[in-house]
Amino acid sequence: MSALIHKEYPVEMADYDHAGEASADIKRQLKQLGVPASVLRRVSVASYEVELNLVIHSEGGVLTLEVTPEAVRLISADRGPGIPDVDLAMREGWSTASETARSLGFGAGMGLPNMKRNADDFNITSKVGEGTTIDMGFRLA
Amino acid sequence: MDSKPRYHSVRLDKELCKGCTNCLMHCPTEAIRVRKGRAHILDERCIDCGECIRICDYHAKVAITDSLEDIKLFPYKIALPAPSLYGQFRGVADVGVILAALKRLGFDDVFEVARGADVVARAISEKLREPSLPRPLISSACPTVVRLIQVRFPDLIPHIVDVRQPMEVAAQIARAEFCKAHDCRPEQVGVFFITPCPAKMTAIASPLGQRTSAVTSAISMMEIYGHLRPLISKIQAEEKLHPSSTSYGIGWATSSGETQSIFQENALSVDGIQNCIRVLEEIENNKLSDLTFFEGNACTGGCVGGPLTFENNYVAKNSIRKLVAAARARCDSTPQQSVTAAELNKYATRMDKPIEPNTAMKLDDNLTVAMQKLQRMNEIIADLPGYDCGSCGSPTCRSFAEDIVLGYANEMECIHKMRDKLQTMAEQMVELAQTRR
Repeated sequence: MSALIHKEYPVEMADYDHAGEASADIKRQLKQLGVPASVLRRVSVASYEVELNLVIHSEGGVLTLEVTPEAVRLISADRGPGIPDVDLAMREGWSTASETARSLGFGAGMGLPNMKRNADDFNITSKVGEGTTIDMGFRLA
Repeated sequence: MDSKPRYHSVRLDKELCKGCTNCLMHCPTEAIRVRKGRAHILDERCIDCGECIRICDYHAKVAITDSLEDIKLFPYKIALPAPSLYGQFRGVADVGVILAALKRLGFDDVFEVARGADVVARAISEKLREPSLPRPLISSACPTVVRLIQVRFPDLIPHIVDVRQPMEVAAQIARAEFCKAHDCRPEQVGVFFITPCPAKMTAIASPLGQRTSAVTSAISMMEIYGHLRPLISKIQAEEKLHPSSTSYGIGWATSSGETQSIFQENALSVDGIQNCIRVLEEIENNKLSDLTFFEGNACTGGCVGGPLTFENNYVAKNSIRKLVAAARARCDSTPQQSVTAAELNKYATRMDKPIEPNTAMKLDDNLTVAMQKLQRMNEIIADLPGYDCGSCGSPTCRSFAEDIVLGYANEMECIHKMRDKLQTMAEQMVELAQTRR
């Protein structure tokens, strides 16, 4: 079934000013839909992590929210730089965050593992020089 | 959606309302609309924070509380002063004086809510030892914050510590001790909370996490102040009452008092409802899971900043600080030392009813229909100017779109859309006139 709700949020590299606004809007949309609290909480955590990942690690990209009566879907697609070793990046505690990001309290290396833990379906594909796509699903029914 | 009427202490005085947009713009749950030149409070969304009472220049927003006359309905009456009352009298260095003056207003006994806070502090300390509970635990003391969570952060309900409010525990102890000492029945005793805010009044009439409230009703601190002020100077040394709470219990009058009474290193004390919202957003994003406790007070400075207090909240905060220091110099025992395990178990400190999410923000009970409405709403928003001017009677363009989708408003109530439409029509008329010539 095609998504009834489809919303795209451009997220720019190192834009800490607006960081968190996309995930805040996503939360607001889901609350108005009356998505169950347990799902809402997991989407909140994952959407914030994935948005901050775009700000901290990517060269910018787009976060997309799709909702069908069956599931909430979050897709993050960036324009680079791509992850050389995805398995390594998925390990807890592993991070390439910059000094700036770390000084702001990010870069603990929990982002990707946290997303995976909170999503019902998690898919990541990456190609160096092209970019990374993260696709997460949260079942509603 | 819940259709049964909800009790609210915060009401509108229709005669005084001018239909301006001040309250509209300051409501944290978007619970106010201006329609036909008057404000309307949406019952399902109102959390009785009293922000509208504070902001209204015309005094059209009021808080319903009992008056001092109402205590006469009971053969025996007990006053339960909130600790914030102690901060209302500049230069009074002794809580015992305030308690004695309060008793003179016609009460048979006075029992400090600060003592209830001591018992609650010990109960929370016990809860913090349970490792299975989510972190941070969220204080249940401010009823406005609890209702804010029900409306805007339903997914954080499991974080709320299931311990009753200090006034509830105080009411139980006060009534039980009075009945024992005076050999009377509980129903003969009216227990009246002296309240700094409308939210506590609402929490008595419509309890949170409890089937029933042990408190009979609430009397506004503002009303009590006028009667109490002249009596304070008349209290002789021998008439003074002995405070029963610890210095920590008194500290609950101001923001961070609760956190100090449970000795948490890694805790946040946040005051002001917009600040609470910001931090709750972060808790929701799991950014604060290293904290053990979150104390949120809807009012600036904590309860001393309540809409029904008289004294400037910063002055009151300073008075409380001095009273706490003086009390601590006399006795530095903590709530955990002062409240015995027997005392803790004697009274009901745990909630006996779950706190339910409030679904007033939901567009529809049916998810598919809600999605259709949200989709339509997003389309409407894209077409609105985004000034959030409030002229349509809804607080933001977003909420206006929501009202249109729910059938409470129509697009032409936006004066900017209307102006554009008139402009187009005018241009068309000019064109029409020119073609005829």
